[in-house]
Amino acid sequence: MQESSVDRNDELMLDGNAMAGLLQEIFGTEMTAVPSRCAGCGNEAEVGSLLAFMQGPGYILRCSACKQIVLRIVETPDSYVIDARGASYLRLKRR
Amino acid sequence: MSATSIEWQIATVKAIHNETNRVKTLTLQLPRWSLHQAGQHYDIRLTAEDGYQAQRSYSIASAPERSREIDLTVEKIDSGEVSPYLHDVLIPGDRIEVRGPIGGYFIWDGATNEPLLLIAGGSGIVPLMAMLRHRAARAIKPPARLLYSARSFEDIIYYDKLENLLKEKDGLKIYYTLTRTQPAAWKGYSRRIDRKMLNEVIQPLNRPFQVFICGPTLLVESAAEEMVGLGIPAKNIRTERFGPSNSIQGG
Amino acid sequence: MTEPFVSRGFTGKRPMNDQATRLPPGQYLTNDFPVLSAGPTPHVALEKWSFSMEGLVKDKVRWTWDEFLQLPSQTFQVDISCVTKWTKLDTRWEGVGVDTLMEHVQLDPKAHFVTAFSHEGYTTNLSLNDIINGQAFIAYKFDGKPLRPEHGGPARLVVPHLYFWKSAKWVAGLRFMENDQPGFWESAGYNNHGDPWKEERYW
Repeated sequence: MQESSVDRNDELMLDGNAMAGLLQEIFGTEMTAVPSRCAGCGNEAEVGSLLAFMQGPGYILRCSACKQIVLRIVETPDSYVIDARGASYLRLKRR
Repeated sequence: MSATSIEWQIATVKAIHNETNRVKTLTLQLPRWSLHQAGQHYDIRLTAEDGYQAQRSYSIASAPERSREIDLTVEKIDSGEVSPYLHDVLIPGDRIEVRGPIGGYFIWDGATNEPLLLIAGGSGIVPLMAMLRHRAARAIKPPARLLYSARSFEDIIYYDKLENLLKEKDGLKIYYTLTRTQPAAWKGYSRRIDRKMLNEVIQPLNRPFQVFICGPTLLVESAAEEMVGLGIPAKNIRTERFGPSNSIQGG
Repeated sequence: MTEPFVSRGFTGKRPMNDQATRLPPGQYLTNDFPVLSAGPTPHVALEKWSFSMEGLVKDKVRWTWDEFLQLPSQTFQVDISCVTKWTKLDTRWEGVGVDTLMEHVQLDPKAHFVTAFSHEGYTTNLSLNDIINGQAFIAYKFDGKPLRPEHGGPARLVVPHLYFWKSAKWVAGLRFMENDQPGFWESAGYNNHGDPWKEERYW
């Protein structure tokens, strides 16, 4: 197989859909259809369309417009550490 | 969308079917089956004797109309952790840990009757196949177009099943583009998806229509950009990126 | 307590582990070189690249790429362990030892800690004691070839005795500080120190 000229990291970039199971585990509800707003540039998007980086020590969702981090999640044995500073809001529907 | 419990459960492999020489469909019986929506996926988790675990998501290929069991279509990624096991080790009768159905953004329930444009790259066809099967089971069917990009004719997943859907003559048209090799006398497209191709495919569709794009990241991004360039509002376009076909991780 | 479900015949793509004693606790052996990132790969043009030593130093020092390549370099063969549980043995690198770089600065006696910072905003914190005395280097070659961007090229920090998130990719410099400042992962659940032999993974 030839040496790839395409950056493997960019190829590995997914979207919020790939994090759907984890997000539902954490928030107790389906999260990919949840509207959000990037605190960096104001772009509004459903969580499912945010760019997901899942290969690292933690899970990162980035704004597809400005690429800044919207949500950062680390799973430890006894907790989920969530940094949501990058989101001006997440809007979850009431049931 | 309600908060369906997505606890892990142990499914039983009922059947394994070869779609192409690199793609198989697993039919799983679920003790706690729940109705899914076209576009959703299940997570599969594998655990070794020493506790080592690997987990991946696979889109549901079967229509919601089939109860008690689901089809998951899996492409074998040679360097992957999960797909080689599903291809080379798993046999009917084996049990496998799954959870789902998962997803709420990349789903189509046909609630509105807007025409559908489905764009698939490689194994991205899987969730779109669930959508087409769901559409086929409905009484009222919106006009639909599928544009399916594959490397070669042999890489087209579900070719016979897709051709069968066409026999219904119910407003579905399918376009294939083969990007690497084409069989002799090939009449379809033979290049990467571009704006000209998309423009031709969408011509007869009344606007507004809904677009679903699924496949490798680069294809998805480029197709979405072109659709916006063709005047489709971003809110009508939904995307799902799959990992690359030859990746070091994922699969 | 119920037995966890075990998948018949599943082992993962791990190679035969005859190196058990070289693996830190809880780690699995890999022959791959997994790409782990929190974001898109930055592509740093060599003309714009720089590496600086700043903060609690008498005079800030900065090298351009050409200048950096003039520094005495060494080859290193080390084992590396990622907190996501993979360990890769006998990895070969070429680059400049941090000790060599330290010869170019005069450290303030209050400088007990270091923040390694990258070209795209990543940071990780270390104690001074963890990067001197042959424990760290700035690498620009892996396996004899220029370090690829997806693995942190043009140059990354390598601190093999700590979990690999401390080995900042696309490193742009070291900032010497009086107080410890938790970096990107350390402020989000990961251990401040990160010793794989003590399994210092999380808070």
